[in-house]
Amino acid sequence: MKFNVLEHKLVPEHRVLTDKESEEVLKALRVTKDQLPKIRGIDPAVRVLEKARKAPIPEGTIIKVTRISETAGVSEAYRLVVGR
Amino acid sequence: MMSMRGVTKRIRAIKFALLSPDEIRKMSQTKVITADTYDEDGFPYDLGLMDSHLGVIEPGLRCKTCGGKVDECPGHFGHIDLAMPVIHVGYVKELKKLLQATCRKCGRLLLTREQAADYMKEMENVEELGGDATEVQFVTRESAKEATKRQRCPWCGEEQKKITLDKPTTFREEGHKLTPKEVRERLEKVPNDDLRVLGIEPDVARPEWMILTALLVPPVTVRPSITLESGDRSEDDLTHKLVDVLRINQRLRENRDAGAPQLIVEDLWELLQYHVTTYFDNQTSGIPPARHRSGRPLKTLVQRLKGKEGRFRSNLSGKRVNFSARTVISPDPLLSINEVGVPVEAARELTVPIHVQNYNIDMVKEWIKRGPIAASKTGDYIAGVNYVIRADGRRIRVTDKNADAVAETVEIGFIVERQLVDGDVVLFNRQPSLHRMSMMAHEVRVMPNKTFRFNLAVCPPYNADFDGDEMNLHVLQSEEARAEAKILMRVQEHILSPRFGGPVIGGIHDHITAAFLLTHKDARFNKVETTFILSRLGMSGLPKPKIKEGDLEFWTGKQIFSLVLPKDLNLSFKSSIASKGVTNPKELREEDSLVIIRNGQLITGTIDENAVGAFKGKIVDKLARDYGSEMAKKFIDKVTRLLIGAIMVKGFTTGIDDEDIPEEAKKQIVDQLKVAAEKVKQLVEAYKAGELEQMPGRSLEETLEVEAMKVLSRAREQSGEIAGKHLGMTNSAVIMARSGARGSMLNLSQMAGCIGQQAVRGERLSRGYWNRTLPHFRKGDLGAEAKGFVKSSYKSGLYPTEYFFHSMGGREGLVDTAVRTSRSGYMQRRLINALEDLKVKEDHTVRNTADTVIQFKFGEDGVDPSRSIQGDAVDIDDVLQDVLGEEPSWKERMTFKEMTSYGLTEKDMVVEMEEEEAEEEEEPAGEE
Ligand SMILES: [Mg+2]
Ligand SMILES: [Zn+2]
Ligand SMILES: [Zn+2]
Repeated sequence: MKFNVLEHKLVPEHRVLTDKESEEVLKALRVTKDQLPKIRGIDPAVRVLEKARKAPIPEGTIIKVTRISETAGVSEAYRLVVGR
Repeated sequence: MMSMRGVTKRIRAIKFALLSPDEIRKMSQTKVITADTYDEDGFPYDLGLMDSHLGVIEPGLRCKTCGGKVDECPGHFGHIDLAMPVIHVGYVKELKKLLQATCRKCGRLLLTREQAADYMKEMENVEELGGDATEVQFVTRESAKEATKRQRCPWCGEEQKKITLDKPTTFREEGHKLTPKEVRERLEKVPNDDLRVLGIEPDVARPEWMILTALLVPPVTVRPSITLESGDRSEDDLTHKLVDVLRINQRLRENRDAGAPQLIVEDLWELLQYHVTTYFDNQTSGIPPARHRSGRPLKTLVQRLKGKEGRFRSNLSGKRVNFSARTVISPDPLLSINEVGVPVEAARELTVPIHVQNYNIDMVKEWIKRGPIAASKTGDYIAGVNYVIRADGRRIRVTDKNADAVAETVEIGFIVERQLVDGDVVLFNRQPSLHRMSMMAHEVRVMPNKTFRFNLAVCPPYNADFDGDEMNLHVLQSEEARAEAKILMRVQEHILSPRFGGPVIGGIHDHITAAFLLTHKDARFNKVETTFILSRLGMSGLPKPKIKEGDLEFWTGKQIFSLVLPKDLNLSFKSSIASKGVTNPKELREEDSLVIIRNGQLITGTIDENAVGAFKGKIVDKLARDYGSEMAKKFIDKVTRLLIGAIMVKGFTTGIDDEDIPEEAKKQIVDQLKVAAEKVKQLVEAYKAGELEQMPGRSLEETLEVEAMKVLSRAREQSGEIAGKHLGMTNSAVIMARSGARGSMLNLSQMAGCIGQQAVRGERLSRGYWNRTLPHFRKGDLGAEAKGFVKSSYKSGLYPTEYFFHSMGGREGLVDTAVRTSRSGYMQRRLINALEDLKVKEDHTVRNTADTVIQFKFGEDGVDPSRSIQGDAVDIDDVLQDVLGEEPSWKERMTFKEMTSYGLTEKDMVVEMEEEEAEEEEEPAGEE
């Protein structure tokens, strides 16, 4: 990989949730997986995460995105990995 | 993948295709042969244009195709077999492309096998990468262009001839005319696979179908005939056109079959082509439109759909509704901001459905007995009833004659449509409806005269003025709608804008001027004046006078203004009249621009735009936020009445002599401008001598321009300052500018002093003649006058060259606004279409109709801007003040607020709006 996009200052932090965490998040938000915003499997950020884990990230995984927000300080969002 | 919850069916694609002759005949319920419509008895002819197989339009008759009656039968298509094929005008572009791209002999696409394969591959690629139809079109356009270029067929070796199109429908091959029949024969030969390279799906769109051999006849329900009062029938324009087609078609067939001379057949063929062309589009360029006997052009298919009055824009994107009214608006300062004045004529037509119940049946009967045009004993409007709807749904119109009889028949369960009464809830709207404040709920006040009326404080959210503006009104028809409108849409609930969290409803123009006149320094009023002003508030009794001079009693303006403030209000801020950059309390007090309100008493400071204005009014803001919308409404109602009273006592006018300055000042300005012009001249000389010091990152020419602009804008500012010195706070125009009522000091200094540099694209004027702007100057003159500096004032008048330069600058402004509004309007529409069905759910997530999450928390912080304080959920200072009972130093607060983002943005926005308005005024008159 030429450049790790996650190290760029404009790219927010991406983190793969464990199955347990995913369940908790879905429960807390009272949503089903299909109601989450999506992120493509080929998204550069997902690819970086795959490289770091040395394993592919399967469809249906939830990724937590933590971004610095002008209005809220820190805001958290969740994205569902979908097909490439 | 996963199923989308809540969405049962999704449109994946829409496909457009051509109608084949086979399909036309399959759709058709009957062949149409005769041009006649109805016989003497008024029955439709069989095989005629009104054949009863095509549907019914007369009550009582039944459709011969489906057996349905008038409202049951949807109508059915028929068809006309054309004696000779004709070209469909809608497809001439495609036909030309196809003829040019295919071989005249073998019909193959004029590309080699390899080229064709390459293009196909490219198309697949684009599709695979998610390209849409337009992107695929780029490729097909390319392939057609390439094929057209080839002179010799790669398949049969035939030399190609040049195809041209004689508008609208005649194709020529090197001058020789191609008949539609020949065109059709050529296109029939094009193989399916070659069509795909051109982006045509041959299964649903064979090109020869673009040449018509059969014409679809629309159902009679699409072109109903109307019976006039005289008993004559009047046919629809489409029917007229089809009659023409049938007649010529018949003659053409007869002549052809009888072996008439070729010339006659060709003429008739061309006539048939004309009629079919105008049947589709009667505004085809190159041919005269078909006309009615009266001379009116016929409205055929394209005319039905196209344009503002067409099906799309008029019937599908916008619909007309019942229980609505539209008329001119005018102001009424005595109405509450929650009210709207409705003319009696409108109130008589607009109704509210009332369900008849045990508790109201007697009252309802009384209403009905009044008849539809009811008046009280004094002759005033009272509400009557227009319709009674029985339990079985039958509607009975109430007239003067049947009123008593109808009233007796009313039972519980009936619905009566009662005319408007004061207090009915209606929606009031002004286009363009750009934000939610463009449509608010008002309470009705039925009034004489013919305009809608409302309080001036509500002009800003509607962006309304009274130069002929019209507005719409909708009467709510259900209890739920009324409740919802009253809670969510009432004017008082929209005082604070969700856009920037400040007030959008408040004092304007004369309200602001009046506030200044009432409260500036030690304005005072005698007993008569005070009584007059306070009578407008409906007060009885006067407060104690602040000043007594012998027998004379005086009330201070500040004292009078304090009467409309809540008794526990504490607030301090800077007035709008405060000079720029002054923060020293002593200086502020000197010009009375430091507003301090203690326990509901205005201690010091001038009330102006910063206190009660729409957009900037700090008092309105504070009241709406801390005391609630009801209190804010009462304040605005009271303060606007009070201020109108005050300005009536004081009197206020402005005229051109408000911009008069002494001769001496004029001379000063002229001298000062001369110095500036001289400075520019020196700069130019320095530049020519190569002595000008180049600025980093700029060329020598740019440096000169920047320096010259600097000198000249400073000159304008100085002349403004000189003029301003002689325009004091007693000057009406200055009062308006400084208090924020209308106009700016820039406007004034341009009237009294100097207009300044004119610019196009931010640069001094340079275009026009070769090396100069106008022939009045020498070539290469870079001085102030030659490049658009206007040293005259609006009042003194401009020199011809200046006038010309000024119109150059003005034209740019005009063009800019036109471009900007159309572009921003389009962006706004796209944005709204994307956002319109998102909503904030109970858990603060923002979701769409499919219930998928768009935002996990509204705005990421969950704060409603209209309830925030400068963008924050809580105002710490305010809380501290409430709890500790002490106020943080106003200076600290103010500098802090001015530095934080929202204060600035808001200010910027208002400045922008003022600019827009100024431009608006320069628009040529006669718009409305
Ligand atoms: Mg107007
Ligand atoms: Zn039918
Ligand atoms: Zn050929």
